[in-house]
Amino acid sequence: MKILVCISNVPDTTTKITFTPDNKAFNKAGVQFIINPYDELALTKALELNEAAGGGTVTVIHVGAADTEANLRKALAVGADDAVRIDAEPTDAFFVANEIAAYAKDKGFDIIFTGRESIDYNGGQVGGMIAELLDLPMVNVINSISLQGNAATIERDIDGGREVVSVDTPFVVSAQKELTEPRIPNMRGIMMARSKPLQVIAPAAAEKRTEISQYQAPQSKAGCKFIDAAEAETLIQLLHNEAKVI
Amino acid sequence: MRTDNYQHPDHYLLDELLTEEHKLVRDAVRSWVKKELSPIIEDYAQRAEFPKHILKGLGSIGAFGPSLPVEYGCGGMDQISYGIIMQELERCDSGIRSTASVQGSLVMYPIYKYGSEEQRRKYLPKLASGELMGCFGLTEPDFGSNPGGMVTNFKDMGDHYLLNGAKMWISNAPFADIAVVWAKNEAGKIHGLIVERGMPGFSTPETHGKWSLRASATGELVFDNVKVPKENLLPNVSGLKGPMGCLDSARYGIAWGALGAAMDCYDSAKNYSIERIQFDKPIGGFQLTQKKLAEMLTEITKAQLLTWRLGVLKNEDRASTAQISMAKRNNVEIALQIAREARQIHGGMGITGEYPIMRHMMNLESVVTYEGTHDIHLLITGMDITGISAFR
Ligand SMILES: Cc1cc2nc3c(=O)[nH]c(=O)nc-3n(C[C@H](O)[C@H](O)[C@H](O)COP(=O)(O)OP(=O)(O)OC[C@H]3O[C@@H](n4cnc5c(N)ncnc54)[C@H](O)[C@@H]3O)c2cc1C
Repeated sequence: MKILVCISNVPDTTTKITFTPDNKAFNKAGVQFIINPYDELALTKALELNEAAGGGTVTVIHVGAADTEANLRKALAVGADDAVRIDAEPTDAFFVANEIAAYAKDKGFDIIFTGRESIDYNGGQVGGMIAELLDLPMVNVINSISLQGNAATIERDIDGGREVVSVDTPFVVSAQKELTEPRIPNMRGIMMARSKPLQVIAPAAAEKRTEISQYQAPQSKAGCKFIDAAEAETLIQLLHNEAKVI
Repeated sequence: MRTDNYQHPDHYLLDELLTEEHKLVRDAVRSWVKKELSPIIEDYAQRAEFPKHILKGLGSIGAFGPSLPVEYGCGGMDQISYGIIMQELERCDSGIRSTASVQGSLVMYPIYKYGSEEQRRKYLPKLASGELMGCFGLTEPDFGSNPGGMVTNFKDMGDHYLLNGAKMWISNAPFADIAVVWAKNEAGKIHGLIVERGMPGFSTPETHGKWSLRASATGELVFDNVKVPKENLLPNVSGLKGPMGCLDSARYGIAWGALGAAMDCYDSAKNYSIERIQFDKPIGGFQLTQKKLAEMLTEITKAQLLTWRLGVLKNEDRASTAQISMAKRNNVEIALQIAREARQIHGGMGITGEYPIMRHMMNLESVVTYEGTHDIHLLITGMDITGISAFR
C-alpha cells in the first residue's frame, strides 16, 4: 500500500499552558513539542499494515515551520520512508486540509491516515476535510483495520457497541487509542533516518476561514477542604453557602 | 512503585549542546525505559533477580554496542549517543546499565577492536541483537585493583589452548553465552580468549547475597582444563593494554550512567519536597531542604558539563585514560552524595521501594568500586599530574 500519514506537532502532555499577555496566542517559549499521540498510532498502524502485506511505502506529511522538523525525523526513525513538510504556519483546519489535499491529489495514495484529533486544539476536522476535498470515503475514529487486497475491514466504536465497516482503497481513516501501541524508534532507525528524504514544499494557495480571537485559561481549581465525618452540619452549610450547589 | 515521571534537570540549558539526533536517542531510550523497565525493576531488585526477558528489548532498541559499525549489526552512532543510552538506562538502574556496558564495551568492543574479521562476523551481529550475551573476565580472587598479577593461564597444546584458573565478580556470568577472558600465556603475556558456554571444564557459579546491583547477575568463571580452539584467541592485542582499552570505553559509559542515577535521585527529591507538607508547608520551603536541593543541582550541572565535554573529546578520539578516570570518579562520587541527601529528603519513605533512592544508593556502592575503585582513579589522576605512579 502507498500510505500517507498526516502528522501534527503538539505541546508535550506535561506542558503548563500559558498565553501571551493579550491572550491572543499560545506562549510557545520553553515548550517541548511532540508528535500528536494519535498520529503516532496512525504511523505505527500504517507501518504494520505494510509489514503484514510484505511491502509498500509510508510517507509522513506535516504543515508547519522548520522548527518542527525534529518530529518528522522521529517519524522517519520510527520507520516512515520519506517525509514532506509544507512550509507554512498551520493556521486552521481548512487551510491544513487544503495543503495536504493539494499535495496528495495526484500522488495515488491508497490510504490517508490522520489522528482522531490533535490533543492541543482538539478540532478533529482535518481528516474529514481532506476526504471531501479529494472526494474519498472516510471512516472516522477507528479501533482496528485489516486489509485483504484493496478491501479494508474496519472496526469502530459506536454508542453502546461496535460497527464493522468495509471500504475499498483509496480512503481516509482517523486513528484512535485502541488501534495499536506506539512504536519507539531504535538506534538503527535513528541512524537510517539521517539519510531518508525530507522534502520541503512551498504552500499551495489556500485560505484560512477561521480566526482565534481569544484564549481563556480554565479557572484554577480551588484547594480541597476536608470536613470531619462527625461534622456533617458544617459540610451541608459549606455546600449551601460557599459552593452553592445545594 | 510509583509512575515514572522522570525529567532530567537542565539548569544551564545544556540540551542546546546536543544535536536533534542525540535528543531523539534520549527520548527513545527514556520512553523504552518508562514502558519496559521502570514498572518491573523494583520487584526484580527486591528479589535479587536479573530480568532476563528484557534482553531482547535492549537488543532491539539498540543498547548493545551502539557506536560500533552498522556492517556488524550495530548502531554506528557517536560516543555521545552511547553515553546518553547508558545514562538513560542507569537513570533507572545501575544493574541494567552494567549489563549493557559489559555487552557493548567489554565484550563487543574487544571483539571488534582486537578480533579477527571472522570473529567479528561470527559474534557481533548476535551480540548486538541480544541473541548472544557475553561477559568479561578480568578480576580474580587475589587480583582486583592489580589485574596484571593474574594467575589464570593457557598453554599451547598444538591444535588448541588449555585454559586454567578462575575469575571472580563477573557481571552477566551466570547467563552469558560467551566470555571474553584475559589470561597469561606460557611467556606470561596477557591475551584475550573467547570461551563459550558448554566447553567442557567451564562453569559459572552465581554470587549470591549481594546488597548492591541486585537486579544484575554476578558470578565466577571457573576454568578447569578447558580446551579452547585456537581461532578463539583475539589476535590483535597482547598485554594489559588489551583489557585496559576496554575499561576506558566502559568507564566512559559509567561516567554518563552514574550521572543518570544522580539526576533520578534529584528529580525524585525535588518532586517529593514540593508534595510533602510538614508544619503546614512543603518541606521544600525550608532552608535546609533547599540547601540540599541547590547543592545537588550545582553538582549535577558541573558533572553534566564535564561529561558532555568528555563526550566531545571521545568523539574526536582525544579522550585520555586520565580524563575518563576523573569523570568516572567524580560522577560516581556526586551520585552517591546526592543519593544520600535525596534519601533524607524523602524521610522514612526514602528507605522503601516506593522510591528509587535506596536502590540507587546501594547500586552505586558497586559502581564506586568496579572498573577501578574510587581511590585508584584518584591515583591515576595523581600519576597524570606528577608522572609518578603511587599505586605500584
Ligand atoms: C557487582 C560487581 C560487578 C563486577 N563486575 C566485574 C566484571 O564484569 N568483570 C571483572 O573483571 N570485574 C568485575 N568486578 C570486579 C571489580 O572490578 C573489582 O572489585 C575492583 O577492581 C576492585 O577489586 P577488589 O574488589 O579485589 O578490591 P581490592 O583491589 O582488593 O581493593 C580493596 C581496597 O584497597 C584499595 N587499594 C587497592 N590497591 C591500592 C593501592 N595501590 N593504593 C591505594 N589503595 C589501594 C582499593 O581502592 C579498595 O579500596 C565487579 C565487581 C562488583 C562488585
